[in-house]
Amino acid sequence: MRLPTRPRLEVVAPVAEAWNRLPRVARWLATLALVAFLFVLPTLTIPIIDTPGSDFASVLFFPVGIYVLIALGLNVVVGEAGLLDLGYVAFFAIGGYAMGLLGTMVDLGPLLSGLPVIGGSALRLLGPDGTPFFVILPLGILASMVGGLILGTPTLRLRGDYLAIVTLGFGEIIRIIARNTDAIGGPRGINQIPHPPSVGGLKFGVIDPKPYYWLLLVIIIVVTLLVRNLQRSRVGRAWTAIREDEDAAELMGVPTFKYKLWAFAIGAGIGGSGGVLYASKVISITPDNFLFILSILFLSAVVLGGSGNMPGVVLGAVVVAYLPERFRGFAEYRVLVFGAVLVAMMVFRPQGLLPSRRRAAELRRGEGSPDDAVGGTAGPEAVTT
Amino acid sequence: MPSIFAAFEPGAVLTSFWPSVIDGLALGSLYALVALGYTLVYGVLRLINFANSEIFMIGTAGALVGTSLLGISLADPTQAGLGLALALLVCLVISMAFGGAAAVLLELLAYRPLRRRGAPRLSFLISAIGSSLFLAELFARPWLLGRDRKPVPEIVDHAAIFTFKGAIVSLDKVIVIVGALVMMVVIDQFVRRSRLGRGIRAVAQDPETATLMGVNIDRVVTFTFLLGGLMAGAAGLLYEVRFPGTKFDIGFIFGIKSFTAAVLGGIGNLRGALVGGIVLGLLEAFGGAVFGSEWIDVIGFTILVVILMFRPTGLLGESLGKARA
Amino acid sequence: MRNTRRMGMAFGLLAATGLLAAGCSSEDSEVSTGGTATSAPGGANCPKDLKIGFFGALTGSDAALGINERNGMRVAFERYKKESGCEVKLEPYDSQGDPAQAPGLASKAVGDSKVVAIIGPAFSGESKQANPIFNEGGLPIITPSATNAALSKNGWKIFHRAVANDDLQGPAAAKFIIGKGAKKIAVIDDASEYGKGLADIVRTKLKEGGATTDVNEAIDPKGSDYSSTVNKVKAANVDAVFYGGYYESAGRLMKQLRDGNVAATFVAGDGSLDAKFLDSASGKGEGAVLLAPGNYTATDQAFIDEYKKLNGGAEPGLYSVEGFDAANHVLAALKAGKTTRADINAYVSTTPYQGLLKNYQYQADGELQGGGDIIVHEVNGGKITLVGPVK
Repeated sequence: MRLPTRPRLEVVAPVAEAWNRLPRVARWLATLALVAFLFVLPTLTIPIIDTPGSDFASVLFFPVGIYVLIALGLNVVVGEAGLLDLGYVAFFAIGGYAMGLLGTMVDLGPLLSGLPVIGGSALRLLGPDGTPFFVILPLGILASMVGGLILGTPTLRLRGDYLAIVTLGFGEIIRIIARNTDAIGGPRGINQIPHPPSVGGLKFGVIDPKPYYWLLLVIIIVVTLLVRNLQRSRVGRAWTAIREDEDAAELMGVPTFKYKLWAFAIGAGIGGSGGVLYASKVISITPDNFLFILSILFLSAVVLGGSGNMPGVVLGAVVVAYLPERFRGFAEYRVLVFGAVLVAMMVFRPQGLLPSRRRAAELRRGEGSPDDAVGGTAGPEAVTT
Repeated sequence: MPSIFAAFEPGAVLTSFWPSVIDGLALGSLYALVALGYTLVYGVLRLINFANSEIFMIGTAGALVGTSLLGISLADPTQAGLGLALALLVCLVISMAFGGAAAVLLELLAYRPLRRRGAPRLSFLISAIGSSLFLAELFARPWLLGRDRKPVPEIVDHAAIFTFKGAIVSLDKVIVIVGALVMMVVIDQFVRRSRLGRGIRAVAQDPETATLMGVNIDRVVTFTFLLGGLMAGAAGLLYEVRFPGTKFDIGFIFGIKSFTAAVLGGIGNLRGALVGGIVLGLLEAFGGAVFGSEWIDVIGFTILVVILMFRPTGLLGESLGKARA
Repeated sequence: MRNTRRMGMAFGLLAATGLLAAGCSSEDSEVSTGGTATSAPGGANCPKDLKIGFFGALTGSDAALGINERNGMRVAFERYKKESGCEVKLEPYDSQGDPAQAPGLASKAVGDSKVVAIIGPAFSGESKQANPIFNEGGLPIITPSATNAALSKNGWKIFHRAVANDDLQGPAAAKFIIGKGAKKIAVIDDASEYGKGLADIVRTKLKEGGATTDVNEAIDPKGSDYSSTVNKVKAANVDAVFYGGYYESAGRLMKQLRDGNVAATFVAGDGSLDAKFLDSASGKGEGAVLLAPGNYTATDQAFIDEYKKLNGGAEPGLYSVEGFDAANHVLAALKAGKTTRADINAYVSTTPYQGLLKNYQYQADGELQGGGDIIVHEVNGGKITLVGPVK
């Protein structure tokens, strides 16, 4: 017996339609206004959204901002390419440790001596104590992408659940190796990680989180534009094809493995960038900063918001990161409510808070087909391709 | 640069051979029982029931309830002879009841609605994760287990009955190994011979045809969860026999290891759960001896990754849906 | 439009959430309760609305130490109110022992100009992330329990440590073990910052003292089965086992060792010194030696009585007295008329204070002058009993 399909809360569709009807100029202005608001946000104290127990500007950087960046990265893997990754925290960790190691243990002097100091303080590469943050950042991203390639190459041939478990295992292996390897700090981790150099008068210190937040915002905007362009390109179309039906895509000549690997690497790189910035702000990291539960939280942000769809994913990240800080008084119930909300979302609104229309269609397609007599769609019977 | 494997001692395979075998068997038996829950649900629904680890934890709480009902105190817990048999029986029934009930409720609330609407696999997984978090935190409430470790009376004497070439054989280890084996045989026979067991295998093999043949899918699914829950509950009790004491988050690590065992043996294969559990238990025991115990978890995860990459159907292959269970 | 009703429901839900949100507040700061004021409150020379914060785990699985310290502070605040007639608020910053939550809370504390001092952070891990923020904000801190030796080497001007650090605890443990005549030792840790840090110092000092560490293992405190470690210890036939880690895993490790017929003396550090060690050991904890840079039980009866009265009957635990003494040191600064962060910092750094436990006089790097004794406790007849300082 099938329960009648529950009518969905149609808040999103009318808003989306109204948005699409606006002239281009109006949309640009609205977006710019939003961005301006986001930049000003940490200086404001808005009673309803202020976090009473913890410093609002700090919270905006971490966990809110960092979670948004991470969710955008994971969205490329899970939402775009449809690859279930339960070990995404590993890439966050690689970025963080890259910042830690290159900032404290490895001397980049010889590497940098050949580079010119580009005129103008805004582009100065070397920090006040000689720390080349803006060189470490791309290196950290690169390290994470390499990590993604290393993980992806042998495992992306697996399907669905098996891939999920393998990535889970990988995430834990990375963390335990970091814990057990004294050379990179062991359980003590890495301390006294340096800050980025001052940019245009903004000092990156320990007290004021705002410069970090603004730098993070810039990175988020860059990533958003990058992913959007990818979505609209051939790469994005390939991802959609893979996500909807990998076998059919392969038959139509889409090199699925290559594009899956790309998704993995790009997602990993975005996660790594978050790790680099995070490490330079908190100046001390340990393996316990990268526990498995974080992978779950990141995944929940993507799924809650509506995977595959960037505004949704951002909203999901904000919800997952912000609400526990806002309701610190209920600290005891945080995870309890969180778990219940996850289940409730899946039962009542699996397409996420802000679903993309295409996703909603994909989900509806599942109804009425014989597969769902028992649950779920394609199984891992064909586990290797 | 100091060696990562500071405690690397390959000779330990021989010097700790029998102790590792006995201890590995005991641990592996526990993994096997919990692995059953994962493998049954996966075989029928293709779902990784993340929350099975919390069902196990709820089973350990059953031991707590049982011992307090029987008036067994922490100060003088050890039972013997008929008293021990009674205590074990009562606690086992309670633990299995807790586990079974929790599993059936879980299916009803967290998975059935998703089955109804044909939700994609990702949704099931998220719901499983959410359920797992919820159940663990629920039992962290002060009026349940609280956040601290809850001591449980040690009803079985852990003193050595005899030693064999350095291995200590104590009653608790014997009970765990024998108990787990008995449970697995019972389940195995049940799935092979009973009507409901045939239903399970039919649905695992081909759900649509099973429906056409008159199998009630809902009932089979409920029953599958019930079976898995009973086993996880029993595992909880046996865990308390071996390692007295429980905590709300005790399920997490144990659950992942048991899941690894299920995959190792062949997910969807009942005997695979037993084989996988034993093999993992032994590998952890020997691995800890050789590499040092800080690497034990890595061993488990590495095995998991390697198996999935090279032989994803596991040691015995996926076969709940085939003629042999 | 049929969608209007749905939209209305949605917005209604949002509005309700907003109202609920607006009505919610954070953890409230505490004002001393109870007791009769002997002089009229709020005299002309009472500092206005000052707060002293407590920073550490008040909820979560490691909350026992944080709660002990905060409870000790309450006694100090209450006495201060009785003696001076002035009120100071105890502002809790619950980090749950999680370093990730530390920066946000620390920034909050620094940003609150009424907070003039912090007792805490309770753990070494969160100290690493919070203390730089306190340092830049000039907010003086006294930690009653963060024992990681490296903390005082960061040049933080506001850092004060009211207990002996692991650089003292480790050698004392080694000295004690060697003093008992042990030649072969097993040193095990829980791969945590604290546990491994302490264990590593013990390993070095044991070697210097001529003993051999035949077994060096790290166990997973969240794991259940330590049999491979137990088997190794048994095979090596050691005289003593030292464990660096916290009480829950310490108890279980000891039980499994005893079940495995390992008779060696079991020695552990301050993280294991708690009544719950006995619970976890399931009756096999007898004879365990637990060291700490402080007394497990308070000995001053007046303190114990007042502590129980203010904290719902709870008994003082490890670091309760340190929390009490540290808070009193700050309150002494207030009594001397110092009400700004800089003044209080200068006072605490330079003026000694005679507390219940010891005389607190700080060096330039924030460590106690004279180090402080490491006290030996032993499990005797199912209870933790005081033996005396390590000689």
